[in-house]
Amino acid sequence: MCHAIPAKVIAFRDDDMADVELEGVMKEVSLALLDGVELGDYVILHVGYALARLDPEEAEKTLKLFAEMGEAAFAQGAVA
Amino acid sequence: MKYVEEFRDAELAKGLSVAINAEADPDRIYRFMEFCGGHTHALARYGVEDLLPGNVRMIHGPGCPVCVLPVGRVDEAVALATQHDVILCTYADLMRVPGTKYESLIKARSKGADVRMVYSTIDALKIAEDNPEREVVFFAIGFETTTPPTAVAIKQAQKLGLKNFTVYCNHVLTPAAMRAILGAHTPEGAPNVVLDGFVGPAHVSAVIGTQPYEEFTRDYKKPVVIAGFEPLDVMQSILQLIRQANDGRADVENEYARAVTPEGNVKAQALVDEVFDVRDAFSWRGLGSVPLSALKIRAEFSEFDAELRFRVDVPNPKENKLCECGPILRGEKNPVDCSLFGTSCTPDNPMGACMVSSEGACAAHWTYGRFRTELELELEDSA
Repeated sequence: MCHAIPAKVIAFRDDDMADVELEGVMKEVSLALLDGVELGDYVILHVGYALARLDPEEAEKTLKLFAEMGEAAFAQGAVA
Repeated sequence: MKYVEEFRDAELAKGLSVAINAEADPDRIYRFMEFCGGHTHALARYGVEDLLPGNVRMIHGPGCPVCVLPVGRVDEAVALATQHDVILCTYADLMRVPGTKYESLIKARSKGADVRMVYSTIDALKIAEDNPEREVVFFAIGFETTTPPTAVAIKQAQKLGLKNFTVYCNHVLTPAAMRAILGAHTPEGAPNVVLDGFVGPAHVSAVIGTQPYEEFTRDYKKPVVIAGFEPLDVMQSILQLIRQANDGRADVENEYARAVTPEGNVKAQALVDEVFDVRDAFSWRGLGSVPLSALKIRAEFSEFDAELRFRVDVPNPKENKLCECGPILRGEKNPVDCSLFGTSCTPDNPMGACMVSSEGACAAHWTYGRFRTELELELEDSA
């Protein structure tokens, strides 16, 4: 129920609505819950509403953290 | 899909699994509750539990809105749809939740009630606009993630001057449920569920932020690591929980920083505050009556409150006595402990709510995990 997916904002429409793209599928969603969205932003989409903006830098940092965790464990002699 | 595939990468998962296995102390057991059904689903679907050492146990929490909705509220929704000439709009998950005597919205529809599945509150509003001669009721359920869209719909209905749109409000609050789980004790005073920390909600936290969880680290000394719904997110959060447990710390940590900020979505919070007020208490399947755990529509918006507009006649709601959804939602039992599981209760013919939603512990276990458990138990027995 709280599942939500990242989608890219590609066009603004009237009444706080916007077009988003999900893997080539277009969808009209509401931006009524989120200020300051810009074209090209990825937003977290839930039941037709953008709930949060995805922060690309934080996403990079998290992916880097995953890699570091594994590397550190392997470096300390852990085996898969 | 960007921001999805990378967080399911098998190589990174191996690394995290190695780190978890290296850091988990073999001389103790770790018991972490994943509050959200979304995490329960991710654990089952990606086989994350197979990558954890046997002494790291995941306990499923009550964060599945369909699962925790008590049978009385399902009965009332069925009564709304059958006793009044309304169009009842609902999210798809709710259609098959069994009420008393296995009545459900889908059965009501097969008998002629006008029950319609909607993807969004926007669709429900559209139906109301298109059918000015009919009463349209939106069956609103969900945690903090799903509440703001309902608030927007009520505000929009007011702006449009819709007189035929009301909301049957069942929105519930995550921190109150966490409090109920941690506060439940046996008559001897021991906690009902022993926990070493929580995998904290993903999108609930995108709305409410990280601050509301500080009460659990401060008052209950339980670590909370907010995690995204992808498998690597869940694994990283488990690693962080193990580290906190090893260090004897209880902090709120945010693994899902790409979508969750400390303050959350302030605009959504303000809208929810404007439209909703906290109920004194609300009944949950599994948790019973929980104080200050749900929302009602504020008096200023009472014209949109279906509970005030429609009177329904509902006999005493009755749960299926054999269904173990209650103890499963409290983290006290597993799906396989239920005598109905996989025999008379399956996703095709659910007897209990936890088998209906894909986020329910029973449905997740049936779909992805049922062949694994026996093997695990055998291994544990032989160990």
